[in-house]
Amino acid sequence: MIGVVLALALLPYTVVGDAVPAPLVEAPGDPARGRAVVTSRQRGLCLLCHTGPFPEERFQGDLAPSLAGVGSRLSEGQIRLRLIDSRRLDPGSIMPSYYRTDGLERVGAAWRDKPVLSAEEIEDVVAFLATLRD
Amino acid sequence: MSAGSRRLSFLGVGVAPVLIVSALVGSAAVGLADADGDSRRSGFDFMGPQTQAMQGDDTSNPGMLAVLEGEDIWNRKAGAADKSCADCHGDAARSMHGVAAHYPAFDTGTGGPINLDQRINTCREKNQEAEPFPWESAEILALSAYVGLQSRGMPVQVGDDARLAGAIKAGDEAFHRKQGQLDFSCADCHDANWDRKLGGSVIPQGHATGYPIYRLEWQSMGSLQRRLRNCMAGVRAEPYSYGSPEFVELELYLMSRSRGMAVETPAVRP
Ligand code: HEC
Ligand code: HEC
Repeated sequence: MIGVVLALALLPYTVVGDAVPAPLVEAPGDPARGRAVVTSRQRGLCLLCHTGPFPEERFQGDLAPSLAGVGSRLSEGQIRLRLIDSRRLDPGSIMPSYYRTDGLERVGAAWRDKPVLSAEEIEDVVAFLATLRD
Repeated sequence: MSAGSRRLSFLGVGVAPVLIVSALVGSAAVGLADADGDSRRSGFDFMGPQTQAMQGDDTSNPGMLAVLEGEDIWNRKAGAADKSCADCHGDAARSMHGVAAHYPAFDTGTGGPINLDQRINTCREKNQEAEPFPWESAEILALSAYVGLQSRGMPVQVGDDARLAGAIKAGDEAFHRKQGQLDFSCADCHDANWDRKLGGSVIPQGHATGYPIYRLEWQSMGSLQRRLRNCMAGVRAEPYSYGSPEFVELELYLMSRSRGMAVETPAVRP
Protein backbone atom coordinates (compact mmCIF):
# COMPACT_ATOMS: atom_id res chain seq x y z
CA MET A 1 0.00 0.00 0.00
CA ILE A 2 1.41 3.35 -0.99
CA GLY A 3 -0.52 6.54 -0.41
CA VAL A 4 0.32 10.17 -0.02
CA VAL A 5 -1.59 11.77 2.82
CA LEU A 6 -2.14 15.50 2.63
CA ALA A 7 -3.90 17.29 5.44
CA LEU A 8 -4.38 20.97 6.07
CA ALA A 9 -1.46 22.43 8.00
CA LEU A 10 0.10 18.99 8.40
CA LEU A 11 3.23 18.02 6.50
CA PRO A 12 2.67 15.36 3.86
CA TYR A 13 4.02 11.86 4.42
CA THR A 14 4.10 8.65 2.46
CA VAL A 15 2.89 5.35 3.86
CA VAL A 16 4.68 2.26 2.56
CA GLY A 17 3.18 -0.98 3.84
CA ASP A 18 2.90 -0.57 7.61
CA ALA A 19 5.50 2.19 7.83
CA VAL A 20 6.31 5.80 7.08
CA PRO A 21 9.97 5.33 6.14
CA ALA A 22 10.90 8.98 5.56
CA PRO A 23 11.13 11.43 8.49
CA LEU A 24 8.53 14.20 8.58
CA VAL A 25 11.20 16.88 8.91
CA GLU A 26 14.82 17.07 7.83
CA ALA A 27 16.40 17.85 11.20
CA PRO A 28 17.15 14.54 12.93
CA GLY A 29 15.06 13.72 16.00
CA ASP A 30 16.57 14.20 19.42
CA PRO A 31 16.18 11.16 21.73
CA ALA A 32 16.48 13.20 24.95
CA ARG A 33 13.68 15.52 23.91
CA GLY A 34 11.71 12.48 22.76
CA ARG A 35 12.05 10.88 26.20
CA ALA A 36 10.71 14.05 27.78
CA VAL A 37 7.66 13.96 25.47
CA VAL A 38 7.00 10.27 26.17
CA THR A 39 7.11 10.70 29.95
CA SER A 40 5.11 13.94 30.02
CA ARG A 41 1.48 13.61 31.14
CA GLN A 42 0.68 16.81 29.25
CA ARG A 43 2.56 16.29 25.97
CA GLY A 44 2.90 12.64 25.08
CA LEU A 45 0.38 11.07 27.47
CA CYS A 46 2.05 7.76 26.58
CA LEU A 47 2.36 6.49 30.15
CA LEU A 48 -1.36 6.89 30.71
CA CYS A 49 -1.63 3.67 28.70
CA HIS A 50 1.87 2.20 28.28
CA THR A 51 4.44 1.02 30.76
CA GLY A 52 8.08 1.29 29.89
CA PRO A 53 11.62 1.43 31.26
CA PHE A 54 11.00 4.61 33.26
CA PRO A 55 11.61 3.59 36.89
CA GLU A 56 11.19 7.17 38.12
CA GLU A 57 7.68 7.44 36.69
CA ARG A 58 4.88 6.36 39.00
CA PHE A 59 1.34 5.66 37.85
CA GLN A 60 2.06 3.98 34.51
CA GLY A 61 -1.07 2.63 32.82
CA ASP A 62 -1.76 -0.94 31.73
CA LEU A 63 -3.94 -0.39 28.66
CA ALA A 64 -1.14 -1.08 26.19
CA PRO A 65 2.00 -3.17 25.65
CA SER A 66 5.23 -2.09 27.34
CA LEU A 67 7.44 0.22 25.32
CA ALA A 68 10.50 -1.69 26.56
CA GLY A 69 12.38 -3.16 23.59
CA VAL A 70 10.13 -1.51 21.00
CA GLY A 71 13.22 -0.36 19.07
CA SER A 72 14.18 -4.01 18.53
CA ARG A 73 10.67 -5.05 17.47
CA LEU A 74 9.89 -2.23 15.05
CA SER A 75 11.80 -0.19 12.49
CA GLU A 76 11.86 3.59 12.77
CA GLY A 77 9.40 3.79 9.88
CA GLN A 78 7.00 1.38 11.60
CA ILE A 79 7.22 3.34 14.85
CA ARG A 80 6.59 6.56 12.89
CA LEU A 81 3.33 5.31 11.39
CA ARG A 82 2.14 3.98 14.75
CA LEU A 83 2.62 7.46 16.17
CA ILE A 84 1.26 9.43 13.22
CA ASP A 85 -1.91 7.41 12.77
CA SER A 86 -2.11 4.13 14.64
CA ARG A 87 -5.78 3.79 13.72
CA ARG A 88 -4.85 3.58 10.07
CA LEU A 89 -3.42 0.14 10.87
CA ASP A 90 -6.21 -0.88 13.23
CA PRO A 91 -9.33 1.30 13.29
CA GLY A 92 -10.33 -0.38 16.55
CA SER A 93 -7.12 0.59 18.33
CA ILE A 94 -7.39 2.97 21.26
CA MET A 95 -3.91 4.33 20.60
CA PRO A 96 -4.55 7.96 19.59
CA SER A 97 -3.36 9.23 16.23
CA TYR A 98 -0.75 11.81 17.17
CA TYR A 99 -0.41 13.52 13.81
CA ARG A 100 -3.90 13.76 12.39
CA THR A 101 -6.55 16.48 12.46
CA ASP A 102 -9.26 15.21 10.12
CA GLY A 103 -12.30 13.09 10.95
CA LEU A 104 -12.49 14.24 14.59
CA GLU A 105 -15.64 15.39 16.42
CA ARG A 106 -16.17 18.00 19.13
CA VAL A 107 -12.47 18.73 19.55
CA GLY A 108 -11.98 21.17 22.44
CA ALA A 109 -11.34 24.77 21.40
CA ALA A 110 -7.74 24.71 22.64
CA TRP A 111 -6.90 21.67 20.51
CA ARG A 112 -8.88 22.29 17.35
CA ASP A 113 -7.07 21.76 14.02
CA LYS A 114 -3.86 20.89 15.84
CA PRO A 115 -2.22 17.47 15.92
CA VAL A 116 -1.42 16.09 19.41
CA LEU A 117 2.31 16.30 18.63
CA SER A 118 4.19 18.47 16.16
CA ALA A 119 6.19 16.93 13.31
CA GLU A 120 9.41 17.73 15.20
CA GLU A 121 8.10 16.05 18.35
CA ILE A 122 7.10 12.95 16.37
CA GLU A 123 10.69 12.70 15.08
CA ASP A 124 12.06 13.20 18.62
CA VAL A 125 9.84 10.40 19.94
CA VAL A 126 10.77 8.09 17.02
CA ALA A 127 14.45 8.75 17.73
CA PHE A 128 13.94 7.97 21.40
CA LEU A 129 11.86 4.80 20.93
CA ALA A 130 14.49 3.48 18.49
CA THR A 131 16.95 3.50 21.41
CA LEU A 132 14.71 1.20 23.52
CA ARG A 133 16.33 -2.12 22.63
CA ASP A 134 16.20 -5.47 24.40
CA MET B 1 -0.41 5.13 47.04
CA SER B 2 -3.55 6.32 45.36
CA ALA B 3 -4.64 9.91 45.21
CA GLY B 4 -7.46 8.82 47.46
CA SER B 5 -5.32 7.59 50.28
CA ARG B 6 -3.05 10.63 49.94
CA ARG B 7 -6.00 12.91 50.46
CA LEU B 8 -7.36 10.77 53.26
CA SER B 9 -4.52 11.74 55.55
CA PHE B 10 -4.77 15.30 54.26
CA LEU B 11 -8.37 15.43 55.39
CA GLY B 12 -7.26 14.05 58.72
CA VAL B 13 -9.87 11.32 58.60
CA GLY B 14 -8.75 8.33 60.60
CA VAL B 15 -9.82 4.97 59.26
CA ALA B 16 -10.47 2.66 62.17
CA PRO B 17 -11.07 -1.04 61.49
CA VAL B 18 -14.56 -0.71 62.93
CA LEU B 19 -15.53 1.38 59.88
CA ILE B 20 -15.10 -1.66 57.66
CA VAL B 21 -18.24 -3.19 59.18
CA SER B 22 -20.38 -0.21 58.25
CA ALA B 23 -18.68 -0.05 54.85
CA LEU B 24 -19.94 -3.55 54.19
CA VAL B 25 -23.42 -2.63 55.28
CA GLY B 26 -23.35 0.49 53.16
CA SER B 27 -22.31 -1.44 50.09
CA ALA B 28 -24.25 -4.64 50.61
CA ALA B 29 -26.62 -3.90 47.76
CA VAL B 30 -23.70 -2.87 45.55
CA GLY B 31 -22.20 -6.33 45.67
CA LEU B 32 -25.53 -8.15 45.40
CA ALA B 33 -25.63 -7.99 41.62
CA ASP B 34 -22.88 -10.62 41.29
CA ALA B 35 -25.15 -13.33 42.71
CA ASP B 36 -27.27 -13.41 39.54
CA GLY B 37 -24.32 -13.35 37.17
CA ASP B 38 -24.57 -9.62 36.60
CA SER B 39 -21.11 -8.36 35.67
CA ARG B 40 -21.97 -4.74 36.34
CA ARG B 41 -19.96 -3.20 39.12
CA SER B 42 -20.28 0.11 40.88
CA GLY B 43 -17.36 2.53 40.94
CA PHE B 44 -17.30 1.68 44.67
CA ASP B 45 -15.86 -1.75 43.86
CA PHE B 46 -12.84 -0.23 42.08
CA MET B 47 -11.80 2.00 44.98
CA GLY B 48 -9.22 1.29 47.65
CA PRO B 49 -10.43 0.01 51.03
CA GLN B 50 -9.82 3.34 52.73
CA THR B 51 -11.98 5.28 50.30
CA GLN B 52 -14.62 2.55 50.54
CA ALA B 53 -14.58 2.83 54.31
CA MET B 54 -14.88 6.59 54.05
CA GLN B 55 -18.03 6.24 51.95
CA GLY B 56 -19.41 3.43 54.06
CA ASP B 57 -19.48 5.27 57.37
CA ASP B 58 -21.78 8.27 57.52
CA THR B 59 -19.63 9.86 60.21
CA SER B 60 -16.60 9.91 57.88
CA ASN B 61 -18.38 10.42 54.54
CA PRO B 62 -17.88 14.11 53.67
CA GLY B 63 -20.96 13.92 51.44
CA MET B 64 -23.06 13.73 54.60
CA LEU B 65 -22.21 17.36 55.34
CA ALA B 66 -23.94 18.29 52.08
CA VAL B 67 -26.87 16.08 53.06
CA LEU B 68 -27.21 17.98 56.35
CA GLU B 69 -27.07 21.28 54.51
CA GLY B 70 -29.70 19.94 52.12
CA GLU B 71 -31.98 19.05 55.01
CA ASP B 72 -31.64 22.61 56.21
CA ILE B 73 -32.59 24.07 52.85
CA TRP B 74 -35.47 21.58 52.59
CA ASN B 75 -36.99 23.08 55.72
CA ARG B 76 -36.22 26.74 54.97
CA LYS B 77 -38.91 29.01 53.51
CA ALA B 78 -37.89 30.72 50.28
CA GLY B 79 -39.15 32.80 47.38
CA ALA B 80 -42.16 35.03 46.85
CA ALA B 81 -44.41 32.13 47.86
CA ASP B 82 -42.56 31.95 51.19
CA LYS B 83 -42.78 28.17 51.20
CA SER B 84 -40.22 25.53 52.09
CA CYS B 85 -39.91 22.22 50.27
CA ALA B 86 -41.28 20.65 53.47
CA ASP B 87 -44.39 22.83 53.30
CA CYS B 88 -45.45 20.94 50.18
CA HIS B 89 -43.67 17.60 50.55
CA GLY B 90 -43.58 17.08 54.32
CA ASP B 91 -41.09 14.56 55.65
CA ALA B 92 -38.54 13.80 52.91
CA ALA B 93 -37.87 10.35 54.34
CA ARG B 94 -41.40 9.44 53.22
CA SER B 95 -42.23 11.75 50.32
CA MET B 96 -38.80 11.48 48.62
CA HIS B 97 -38.30 7.76 49.28
CA GLY B 98 -37.34 6.20 45.95
CA VAL B 99 -37.69 9.42 43.96
CA ALA B 100 -34.03 9.85 42.96
CA ALA B 101 -33.94 6.24 41.74
CA HIS B 102 -36.25 7.35 38.89
CA TYR B 103 -34.19 10.28 37.58
CA PRO B 104 -33.69 11.56 34.91
CA ALA B 105 -37.44 11.29 34.35
CA PHE B 106 -40.00 12.44 31.81
CA ASP B 107 -41.20 15.98 32.43
CA THR B 108 -44.63 16.89 31.12
CA GLY B 109 -43.70 20.58 31.18
CA THR B 110 -40.84 20.23 28.70
CA GLY B 111 -42.01 17.02 27.06
CA GLY B 112 -38.58 15.46 27.55
CA PRO B 113 -36.21 14.15 30.21
CA ILE B 114 -35.03 16.30 33.10
CA ASN B 115 -32.54 15.36 35.79
CA LEU B 116 -33.03 15.67 39.53
CA ASP B 117 -31.34 19.07 39.76
CA GLN B 118 -33.65 20.39 37.05
CA ARG B 119 -36.67 18.92 38.82
CA ILE B 120 -35.65 20.62 42.09
CA ASN B 121 -35.16 23.94 40.30
CA THR B 122 -38.57 23.58 38.60
CA CYS B 123 -40.12 23.44 42.06
CA ARG B 124 -38.09 26.44 43.14
CA GLU B 125 -39.28 28.53 40.22
CA LYS B 126 -42.89 27.37 39.97
CA ASN B 127 -43.84 26.57 43.55
CA GLN B 128 -41.50 28.70 45.65
CA GLU B 129 -41.33 31.50 43.09
CA ALA B 130 -37.60 31.77 43.75
CA GLU B 131 -34.52 32.01 41.55
CA PRO B 132 -33.23 28.60 40.44
CA PHE B 133 -29.97 27.55 42.08
CA PRO B 134 -27.01 27.80 39.68
CA TRP B 135 -25.49 24.57 38.34
CA GLU B 136 -22.92 23.13 40.78
CA SER B 137 -23.87 25.59 43.51
CA ALA B 138 -23.50 24.27 47.05
CA GLU B 139 -27.29 24.60 47.45
CA ILE B 140 -28.34 22.46 44.49
CA LEU B 141 -25.72 19.83 45.32
CA ALA B 142 -26.88 19.77 48.94
CA LEU B 143 -30.55 19.41 48.04
CA SER B 144 -29.95 16.71 45.46
CA ALA B 145 -27.69 14.86 47.92
CA TYR B 146 -30.46 15.08 50.54
CA VAL B 147 -33.15 13.91 48.16
CA GLY B 148 -30.76 11.28 46.75
CA LEU B 149 -30.07 9.86 50.20
CA GLN B 150 -33.74 9.01 50.58
CA SER B 151 -33.24 6.37 47.84
CA ARG B 152 -29.96 4.96 49.10
CA GLY B 153 -29.86 1.20 48.69
CA MET B 154 -32.85 1.15 46.34
CA PRO B 155 -32.50 -0.18 42.78
CA VAL B 156 -32.21 2.36 39.97
CA GLN B 157 -35.56 2.43 38.17
CA VAL B 158 -34.68 4.40 35.05
CA GLY B 159 -35.28 3.01 31.57
CA ASP B 160 -38.86 1.74 31.33
CA ASP B 161 -40.70 4.92 30.35
CA ALA B 162 -41.64 4.57 26.67
CA ARG B 163 -41.77 8.36 26.29
CA LEU B 164 -38.02 8.46 26.94
CA ALA B 165 -37.01 5.74 24.47
CA GLY B 166 -35.80 8.28 21.90
CA ALA B 167 -33.77 10.23 24.46
CA ILE B 168 -32.17 7.03 25.80
CA LYS B 169 -31.22 6.08 22.25
CA ALA B 170 -29.64 9.50 21.72
CA GLY B 171 -27.65 9.05 24.94
CA ASP B 172 -26.62 5.57 23.87
CA GLU B 173 -25.32 6.96 20.57
CA ALA B 174 -23.42 9.72 22.37
CA PHE B 175 -21.85 7.08 24.66
CA HIS B 176 -20.54 5.23 21.62
CA ARG B 177 -19.48 8.26 19.56
CA LYS B 178 -15.78 9.01 19.30
CA GLN B 179 -14.87 12.55 20.20
CA GLY B 180 -12.10 14.95 21.05
CA GLN B 181 -8.57 15.33 19.81
CA LEU B 182 -7.77 11.89 21.25
CA ASP B 183 -10.80 10.40 19.47
CA PHE B 184 -12.32 8.23 22.21
CA SER B 185 -15.86 7.17 22.93
CA CYS B 186 -17.10 6.67 26.48
CA ALA B 187 -17.46 2.98 25.60
CA ASP B 188 -13.77 2.76 24.61
CA CYS B 189 -12.94 3.22 28.28
CA HIS B 190 -15.99 2.14 30.25
CA ASP B 191 -17.12 -0.89 28.22
CA ALA B 192 -13.88 -2.07 26.61
CA ASN B 193 -11.23 -1.23 29.21
CA TRP B 194 -12.76 -1.10 32.67
CA ASP B 195 -10.65 -2.44 35.52
CA ARG B 196 -7.51 -1.42 33.59
CA LYS B 197 -5.30 1.43 34.69
CA LEU B 198 -5.22 4.77 32.92
CA GLY B 199 -2.13 6.27 34.50
CA GLY B 200 -2.79 5.99 38.23
CA SER B 201 -6.60 5.63 37.99
CA VAL B 202 -8.54 2.42 37.63
CA ILE B 203 -11.18 2.84 34.92
CA PRO B 204 -14.59 2.03 36.42
CA GLN B 205 -17.58 0.86 34.37
CA GLY B 206 -19.08 4.33 34.61
CA HIS B 207 -22.21 3.58 36.62
CA ALA B 208 -23.50 6.86 37.95
CA THR B 209 -25.28 5.41 40.96
CA GLY B 210 -23.79 7.66 43.65
CA TYR B 211 -24.34 11.24 42.46
CA PRO B 212 -23.88 13.90 43.60
CA ILE B 213 -20.55 12.61 44.93
CA TYR B 214 -17.82 13.89 47.18
CA ARG B 215 -14.69 13.59 45.04
CA LEU B 216 -11.35 13.61 46.83
CA GLU B 217 -9.62 15.15 43.82
CA TRP B 218 -12.10 18.04 43.84
CA GLN B 219 -12.20 18.23 47.62
CA SER B 220 -15.85 19.07 47.18
CA MET B 221 -19.21 17.77 46.09
CA GLY B 222 -19.95 17.62 42.39
CA SER B 223 -22.68 16.54 40.03
CA LEU B 224 -22.64 13.79 37.43
CA GLN B 225 -22.37 16.44 34.72
CA ARG B 226 -19.21 17.79 36.35
CA ARG B 227 -17.77 14.25 36.33
CA LEU B 228 -18.71 13.83 32.66
CA ARG B 229 -17.13 17.18 31.79
CA ASN B 230 -13.90 15.82 33.31
CA CYS B 231 -14.08 12.70 31.15
CA MET B 232 -14.74 14.79 28.03
CA ALA B 233 -11.93 17.23 28.81
CA GLY B 234 -9.67 14.21 29.35
CA VAL B 235 -10.05 13.20 25.71
CA ARG B 236 -9.75 16.88 24.74
CA ALA B 237 -13.36 17.17 23.63
CA GLU B 238 -15.51 20.27 24.03
CA PRO B 239 -17.70 19.37 27.02
CA TYR B 240 -21.48 19.77 26.67
CA SER B 241 -22.77 22.69 28.68
CA TYR B 242 -24.52 22.20 32.01
CA GLY B 243 -28.15 21.31 31.57
CA SER B 244 -27.88 20.81 27.82
CA PRO B 245 -30.17 18.19 26.28
CA GLU B 246 -27.08 16.20 25.25
CA PHE B 247 -25.98 15.89 28.87
CA VAL B 248 -29.40 14.90 30.17
CA GLU B 249 -29.71 12.26 27.42
CA LEU B 250 -26.29 10.87 28.33
CA GLU B 251 -27.23 10.88 32.02
CA LEU B 252 -30.48 9.12 31.15
CA TYR B 253 -28.69 6.46 29.12
CA LEU B 254 -26.14 5.92 31.91
CA MET B 255 -28.89 5.44 34.50
CA SER B 256 -30.82 3.05 32.25
CA ARG B 257 -27.56 1.10 31.85
CA SER B 258 -27.39 0.95 35.68
CA ARG B 259 -31.01 -0.10 36.05
CA GLY B 260 -31.40 -2.39 39.07
CA MET B 261 -28.11 -1.37 40.68
CA ALA B 262 -28.28 0.24 44.12
CA VAL B 263 -28.35 4.01 44.61
CA GLU B 264 -25.30 5.02 46.69
CA THR B 265 -25.79 8.75 47.12
CA PRO B 266 -23.77 10.39 48.52
CA ALA B 267 -20.84 8.34 47.16
CA VAL B 268 -17.17 9.15 47.68
CA ARG B 269 -14.85 8.83 44.70
CA PRO B 270 -11.08 9.31 44.28
C1 HEC C 1 -4.94 5.65 25.10
C2 HEC C 1 -3.95 4.64 24.99
C3 HEC C 1 -2.60 4.90 24.37
C4 HEC C 1 -1.81 6.03 24.42
C5 HEC C 1 -2.09 7.35 25.12
C6 HEC C 1 -0.61 5.70 23.69
N1 HEC C 1 -0.68 4.43 23.22
FE1 HEC C 1 0.74 3.46 22.12
N2 HEC C 1 -0.46 1.81 21.94
C7 HEC C 1 -1.67 1.65 22.58
C8 HEC C 1 -2.18 0.33 22.32
C9 HEC C 1 -3.50 -0.26 22.87
C10 HEC C 1 -1.23 -0.32 21.50
C11 HEC C 1 -1.29 -1.78 20.97
C12 HEC C 1 -1.54 -1.86 19.49
C13 HEC C 1 -2.83 -1.23 19.11
O1 HEC C 1 -3.89 -1.54 19.70
O2 HEC C 1 -2.80 -0.36 18.21
C14 HEC C 1 -0.17 0.65 21.27
C15 HEC C 1 0.95 0.42 20.49
C16 HEC C 1 2.06 1.26 20.42
C17 HEC C 1 3.26 0.98 19.68
C18 HEC C 1 3.55 -0.32 18.93
C19 HEC C 1 4.12 -1.24 19.98
C20 HEC C 1 4.53 -2.59 19.48
O3 HEC C 1 5.30 -3.22 20.22
O4 HEC C 1 4.08 -3.00 18.42
C21 HEC C 1 4.11 2.04 19.85
C22 HEC C 1 5.50 2.20 19.28
C23 HEC C 1 3.43 2.98 20.71
N3 HEC C 1 2.19 2.48 21.02
C24 HEC C 1 3.98 4.18 21.16
C25 HEC C 1 3.28 5.15 21.88
C26 HEC C 1 3.83 6.43 22.24
C27 HEC C 1 5.26 6.86 22.01
C28 HEC C 1 2.83 7.14 22.84
C29 HEC C 1 2.81 8.58 23.27
C30 HEC C 1 3.38 9.57 22.44
C31 HEC C 1 1.67 6.25 22.90
N4 HEC C 1 1.98 5.06 22.31
C32 HEC C 1 0.45 6.58 23.49
C33 HEC C 1 -2.33 2.60 23.37
C34 HEC C 1 -1.87 3.89 23.62
C1 HEC D 1 -9.86 7.74 28.31
C2 HEC D 1 -10.72 7.11 29.26
C3 HEC D 1 -12.12 7.62 29.53
C4 HEC D 1 -13.07 8.09 28.66
C5 HEC D 1 -12.96 8.21 27.14
C6 HEC D 1 -14.23 8.41 29.44
N1 HEC D 1 -14.00 8.15 30.76
FE1 HEC D 1 -15.38 8.23 32.26
N2 HEC D 1 -13.90 7.77 33.62
C7 HEC D 1 -12.59 7.44 33.32
C8 HEC D 1 -11.85 7.23 34.55
C9 HEC D 1 -10.37 6.84 34.65
C10 HEC D 1 -12.77 7.45 35.62
C11 HEC D 1 -12.49 7.35 37.11
C12 HEC D 1 -11.64 8.50 37.56
C13 HEC D 1 -11.32 8.43 39.03
O1 HEC D 1 -10.94 7.38 39.52
O2 HEC D 1 -11.49 9.46 39.68
C14 HEC D 1 -14.05 7.78 34.98
C15 HEC D 1 -15.25 8.01 35.69
C16 HEC D 1 -16.50 8.07 35.09
C17 HEC D 1 -17.76 8.04 35.81
C18 HEC D 1 -17.90 7.97 37.33
C19 HEC D 1 -18.22 6.59 37.80
C20 HEC D 1 -18.41 6.55 39.30
O3 HEC D 1 -18.29 5.46 39.85
O4 HEC D 1 -18.65 7.55 39.92
C21 HEC D 1 -18.75 8.11 34.87
C22 HEC D 1 -20.26 8.11 35.14
C23 HEC D 1 -18.11 8.19 33.57
N3 HEC D 1 -16.75 8.16 33.75
C24 HEC D 1 -18.79 8.28 32.36
C25 HEC D 1 -18.16 8.61 31.14
C26 HEC D 1 -18.86 9.04 29.94
C27 HEC D 1 -20.36 9.17 29.81
C28 HEC D 1 -17.91 9.28 29.00
C29 HEC D 1 -18.04 9.87 27.63
C30 HEC D 1 -18.63 11.17 27.51
C31 HEC D 1 -16.63 8.94 29.59
N4 HEC D 1 -16.83 8.57 30.89
C32 HEC D 1 -15.41 8.94 28.92
C33 HEC D 1 -12.07 7.31 32.04
C34 HEC D 1 -12.71 7.68 30.86
